[in-house]
Amino acid sequence: MKNPYLAKTFETLQGFLVPIALLALWQWLSTQAIVNPQILPAPTKVLAKWWEYLMPMEAFDPARSGYLAWIFSGEMIRDAYASLYRVVVGFLVGAVLALPLGLMMGANDRIYKLFNPLIQILRPIPPIAFIPLSILWFGLGNPPAIFLIVIGAFFPILMNTIAGVRHVDGIYIRAARSLGASQTTMFLRVILPAATPYILTGARIGVGTAFIVVIVAEMIAVNNGLGYRILEAREFFWSDKIIAGMFSIGLLGLAIDTGMNRLNNHLLKWHRGIENK
Amino acid sequence: MIMQPHIQISKVSKVFSTGEREVAALDDINLDIKPGEFVCLLGPSGCGKSTLLNAVAGFSLPTAGVIHVNGKPVQAPGPDRGMVFQEYALFPWMTVENNIAFGLEIQKQTKAQIGEKVGALLEMLKLQDFRDRYPKDLSGGMRQRVAIARVLALDSPIMLMDEPFGALDSLTRRNLQDELLRIWMEFRKTIIFVTHSIEESIYLADRIIVMTYRPGKIKKDVSVNMPHPRDPSSAEFNDLKKELGLLVMEEQSRHNQEEIKAPTAD
Repeated sequence: MKNPYLAKTFETLQGFLVPIALLALWQWLSTQAIVNPQILPAPTKVLAKWWEYLMPMEAFDPARSGYLAWIFSGEMIRDAYASLYRVVVGFLVGAVLALPLGLMMGANDRIYKLFNPLIQILRPIPPIAFIPLSILWFGLGNPPAIFLIVIGAFFPILMNTIAGVRHVDGIYIRAARSLGASQTTMFLRVILPAATPYILTGARIGVGTAFIVVIVAEMIAVNNGLGYRILEAREFFWSDKIIAGMFSIGLLGLAIDTGMNRLNNHLLKWHRGIENK
Repeated sequence: MIMQPHIQISKVSKVFSTGEREVAALDDINLDIKPGEFVCLLGPSGCGKSTLLNAVAGFSLPTAGVIHVNGKPVQAPGPDRGMVFQEYALFPWMTVENNIAFGLEIQKQTKAQIGEKVGALLEMLKLQDFRDRYPKDLSGGMRQRVAIARVLALDSPIMLMDEPFGALDSLTRRNLQDELLRIWMEFRKTIIFVTHSIEESIYLADRIIVMTYRPGKIKKDVSVNMPHPRDPSSAEFNDLKKELGLLVMEEQSRHNQEEIKAPTAD
């Protein structure tokens, strides 16, 4: 007899097989000095560094700060916060600009024709290519980084919003018209919700782009954040810290993506493609 | 007393132009429909029956002629002519309850009024258990019930139905036909019902308008004088079915021939 619980556990364990084998190989290569540990430090060393990077640098002193403030005073936490802050602000500014423009362009052909040529010229320029200009305009620090993230988030949200509005099934429009819907009602209660799956896809791509851009921007224009930290570590030849930092970047990316996914599922619980809990 | 026709279709023609080709979908249709009449438009696909319905609904206006509803020419869609689509056209982001309430919210009725009406309709169409569900969780038959309730909520005197039961299995279909007849008798609505099913038209209608294939004209205007509920196995039912069957088959075969000719036409 097969026990479904056991089968499930076995399946989960199977998923760990390849990563564990790889880690073991990596550990072995590094400790046997087959590969220079300066270039590829052992996973145990990376993990130790990661922990060190995560935890506060000074011992806990109740006289100086609360426990919670202390536990979040580690370098990594502050870096992650700085990066996340830039992503969130840049993304929000990008979305606030892209959403109304996209809705108008999608709904009105004249506005579309007015703006589309400019957008088609600007859109293929990768946000990274704006780095020199952004430093020239905004100097160093948060402003150029956020500017780049705004650009990175703006276009995916814009393009998807336009597509979303343009792809609203005509049958909903007809049904709403025959129910007597005014232009405003049609827009707010039919076109906007019908376009949400597209808009949220755009937002998700936008956040993804923003996250790529923030790491690059931090390597060039700012002196904190996860992107800055791994570039700084390279200058000291701290390969363990570089890898630990990369690992943290991955975790933050995963957290952002999970958050977006949750939001998606919540807003689209009516949508056919998504399973309801 | 002469009753004014509820819907008056006068000399209505409709030409669709697709590129260089022009297709005459409707040609000189004249039809008066009395208040409370249940009219079926019957014919093979391509006979313009949906085009005519859309013209009455105001979705696509005729190229010539005019349609009057209550003496006023139709210029745009409106809540006085409730439309039920084959594809249900429920708003998937609204729950069953909100779908039904939507038209009432547009009319700015009070919360209490809306609640009362929606409650009554949910009960009438046996949808109480589904009020908080989204359309994706419902079967086709249930969805069409919601769509009918959405139109009934508006109290529109006219119901336009475009092959509403075409996508349903035969049992659900019969079920909804009976439900529709019950509603029609209770509220005495004027109904125009498009179908290509001969049996469905005989089961439901006071009057069956058989249409020709391209251009759509009225081939025959048949009155059905059987009391409801009608028995599809009765002799009278089957005689009429045979008669209408011959008429529809003629048009269907013209349709088939055109389909064969079409590739070599240009």
